[in-house]
Amino acid sequence: MRGELSLIAVIVLLFFYDTFGSQKSQKLFSVTACVLLAAQTLFNILPAEAGSSFAGMYQTSPIISMVKVILNIGTLLIFIQSVAWTKLEHVVIRRGEFYLLVLMTLLGMYLMISAGNFLLFFVGLETASLPVATLVAMEKFRHSSYEAAAKYVFVAVFSSAVMLLGLSYIYGVCGTLYFDDVIHRISGTPLAIVGLIFFLAGMGFKISLVPFHLWTADVYQGAPTQVTSYLSVISKGAAVFALTMILFKAFPTVADIWQPVLYGLIIVTITVGNLFAVRQKNLKRFLAFSSISQAGYIMLGIIAGSTAGMGSLVYYVLVYIFSNLAAFGVISSIENQTDKVSMDDYNGLYRTNPKLSVAMMLAMFSLAGIPPFAGFFSKFFIFAAAAEQGFYVLVFIALVNTIISLYYYLLVVKAMFIHQDDCTIPAFRSSCSLRLGIAVCVLGIVLTGLVSVVYTQIFNLSFGMFGL
Amino acid sequence: MEYSLFILLVPMVMFLLLGLLGHKMSHRTAGLLGTLGLAVITVLAYTVAVHYFSAPRVDGKFETLTPVCFEWLRFTDSLHIDFGILLDPISVMMLVVITTVSLMVHIYSMGYMHGEVGFQRYYAFLSLFTFSMLGLVVATNIFQMYIFWELVGASSYLLIGFYYTKPSAISASKKAFIVTRFADLGFLVGILLLSFFTQTFDFGTLTEGNALASMAGKTFMGLSAGVWAMSLIFMGGAGKSAMFPLHIWLPDAMEGPTPVSALIHAATMVVAGVYLVARLFPVYCQVPEVLDLITCVGAFTALYAAVVACVQTDIKRVLAFSTISQIAFMLVALGVSSADHGLGYMASMFHLFTHAMFKALLFLGAGAIIHAVHSNEMSHMGGLRKYMPVTHITFLIACLAIAGIPPFSGFFSKDEILAAAFDKSTFWGVWMTVVAGLTAFYMFRLYFNIFWGKEAEHDHTPHEAPKTMSLPLIFLAVVTCVAGFIPFGEFVTSNGLAYHIHIEMSVAVTSVIVALAGIALATWLYKNPNEKPDRMAASMSGLYKWAYHRFYIDEVYIFITHKIIFNCISTPIAWFDRHVVDGTMNMFAWLTQTVSFRIRKLQSGQLQSYAWIFLMGALVIALLVICL
Repeated sequence: MRGELSLIAVIVLLFFYDTFGSQKSQKLFSVTACVLLAAQTLFNILPAEAGSSFAGMYQTSPIISMVKVILNIGTLLIFIQSVAWTKLEHVVIRRGEFYLLVLMTLLGMYLMISAGNFLLFFVGLETASLPVATLVAMEKFRHSSYEAAAKYVFVAVFSSAVMLLGLSYIYGVCGTLYFDDVIHRISGTPLAIVGLIFFLAGMGFKISLVPFHLWTADVYQGAPTQVTSYLSVISKGAAVFALTMILFKAFPTVADIWQPVLYGLIIVTITVGNLFAVRQKNLKRFLAFSSISQAGYIMLGIIAGSTAGMGSLVYYVLVYIFSNLAAFGVISSIENQTDKVSMDDYNGLYRTNPKLSVAMMLAMFSLAGIPPFAGFFSKFFIFAAAAEQGFYVLVFIALVNTIISLYYYLLVVKAMFIHQDDCTIPAFRSSCSLRLGIAVCVLGIVLTGLVSVVYTQIFNLSFGMFGL
Repeated sequence: MEYSLFILLVPMVMFLLLGLLGHKMSHRTAGLLGTLGLAVITVLAYTVAVHYFSAPRVDGKFETLTPVCFEWLRFTDSLHIDFGILLDPISVMMLVVITTVSLMVHIYSMGYMHGEVGFQRYYAFLSLFTFSMLGLVVATNIFQMYIFWELVGASSYLLIGFYYTKPSAISASKKAFIVTRFADLGFLVGILLLSFFTQTFDFGTLTEGNALASMAGKTFMGLSAGVWAMSLIFMGGAGKSAMFPLHIWLPDAMEGPTPVSALIHAATMVVAGVYLVARLFPVYCQVPEVLDLITCVGAFTALYAAVVACVQTDIKRVLAFSTISQIAFMLVALGVSSADHGLGYMASMFHLFTHAMFKALLFLGAGAIIHAVHSNEMSHMGGLRKYMPVTHITFLIACLAIAGIPPFSGFFSKDEILAAAFDKSTFWGVWMTVVAGLTAFYMFRLYFNIFWGKEAEHDHTPHEAPKTMSLPLIFLAVVTCVAGFIPFGEFVTSNGLAYHIHIEMSVAVTSVIVALAGIALATWLYKNPNEKPDRMAASMSGLYKWAYHRFYIDEVYIFITHKIIFNCISTPIAWFDRHVVDGTMNMFAWLTQTVSFRIRKLQSGQLQSYAWIFLMGALVIALLVICL
């Protein structure tokens, strides 16, 4: 519970600061938020002992606390990158809300991951979902921002409803909502299958698996870039972790039902995500589809189900956080300065802003999985884990897709380095915090791959399908 | 001795610092910074050496230490790549050699490279090279060695091509990279073979006991797997050490700045092959066939390079061929050695040590000369002894050393090699003695042509090199004078037990007489300007022409690559690539484009259709699962 309690403490502190702090002292609000979150991360950085409380409602283990730390690091990076954005005139009045709402959704994700019961899981899920709609509407004077929020709310509610229906079926079959009991009572009856599939569909919405992904592009494009990066990295990562936990805690006995489903979902997700990404010109929309196909790769770790699969899944998410946040950092840096988010606007960027271009290039290389950057190792490990379990065809399809993805990731690099344009974005200096954020991400991209300790540590804490 | 890690870290940090921030520094700062870093690790390396060799022996041997070691990548339970530092007599000796020569080159370059464009880049690359080379020698396992081996090759490529506006430098750097890389392919296959059977990369495990036992009975094309593995590994070494027929890159590599030639292509990188064989020597002892192969390759290369060196006119190329020949000496010494007969091993390492010093001295001296007359050609020199006294004396010392004249260091080490060769068989002994005589001849041909002979016309009077350049010369000359008296056998031997070096009088006297004969011949021909050399060249015009063109080996390579490989292998592959591979890829691309265009309607932006697809998707999946 240490993580949750300390996070609540941070939220309360920030709430009071926001409400009662003087106008002048508010200037330090962003920094305070970053520092507090960093302190909370450090406070929880050591893996917690395995344990449970509230009669098994809440469970924790070393890997769970590790996963929370990873989510925290990602959130912290987003906070750092947001400092400049929250100073903009139209955002500054809502600065407190931004930080508080993000932290509240983070709390919801903690609960999702640590849940030992579907009820607590659902509460966590909703806590993590609904505030996001507010975040998406943060720039509500922009038509696209509130359109995105409206779409998000609608689809979120819809998917929650489907999932709740599925959970009620499972309750009907098993007579319990505790994972530990479900595991023994569930069997392959049609009702249980429908329940399971509806539950998967609900999670598919959060992770944006095809065909539950359709909201992604519109919302990612419309939302403020900081919120988009939060959605694409933290929200998605947390949902993946929660799905993993539940599949292995509650449904390992019906693995032969959900494994083929995941098999199919992975193939369509990776492929469709890639096919749409190829055509995108708007970078945020482009990254939305790229993140869909990345989600497909992540699911390979779940389907492998082994210790190696779990380890590589957690590692993949960590690397994905660094890579995607580096890309979003660059995008928001340019957006803050010039309001441009189209790929054509990036033509010739290398000439004027070499450092940003290199950061973006590294992010793209890492996302595409080019050695020696971290993305290569994460893909390598996750493919190896899946292949080890005999999913050769699946891995082959994923490999073919990485070639397609290489094409569109390199399009961005090509625009920046090769294309020339008359109206190139002029040279500018991004804000200090944004540069720090991007620099940390770039370091992460370079180091997490080469420093084997990271992977070994994650691997040691991981668990397999039947070895919780 | 955990502090030995800093020997690796400092040059790496220097590389990053100079590489990333170098352009913001002045030339002076960058040079001083690089040199300072090198000075620090030189001191550290000496400290390590003193500590290591002053530690008490266990069972009469120096202990093998691994002060730093961590696992980097695990493949299987027994097979994993570690990163660490291995200290044993040869690696400690190499630390001393590399840091000493590198420090001298760093100091020297401040004068030699003064005012060059890309000065900071040059120092950054020097640091990168030093880092890689040090990493190579302290590697705890063969895979770590391979990684640094490639890094060394890459930094050599960067430094040879330092003058990247010069087409000849570009092609030389490419040639060096491709040829050594080709050899490294063999190295890699050898590593994989070896580790596949022995289930380890670790040098400690490989060299103790009977590592190749697990390969017994496995044969391929009539040769045992052990022979294949060790020959392929030697192929990598032969590439780096420029053994025939993979030697063709080294003479061209002289396009790089001269201090680089002194560091990389004379003293350190090119002896990596020798070091590799020495490192795996206990394994090589289990496959005597491969040791014989090494002897033959070495002996042939030694003679071949010595003959070619006799007729070259570019002073750096003479030195390059002399380097090839001397490295071949070291390999012959290793080849004639065996598990219970360790004289050759000791001699090889001893020669590696002394050769590094005097060959670096020769190259740095040549650099000073080139600096003074702005040409590499002998015909533009002559009579320089009056203008460059320091260079003259130090160069002479180095020439005497390489010719094997006592009491200079080369005499002692070469004498041991010849003794070892005679121990193996009289044939090899005589062969190597002849090569030694040739060595004396071509070195003094070089010496007289530069410092005596007819004085060439100069645009301006040649001048002595600046202090930064002459100090390293003097230091290395002093080392060359005294290094022979180091009781080397006490420290480095094949089995670790101390070996007392004694001069075998018959061998020593013969070799000195042969060397003196070579020198005398050179004196007679070249000391004063005369017609004799031309007449001699004319009387042996066939041999002269062949040797001058290095026996047309480069042309053979060009024929093989351009005519045979390009036409018979590359063209069909290119066709296959263009039509089949590209065709498949283009089909993928076309498919991707078409499908993505067709399905774009799915993403309509309409909420109703999103919800519809969502629900239908879930229902269809559920139905499929239930029905199937």
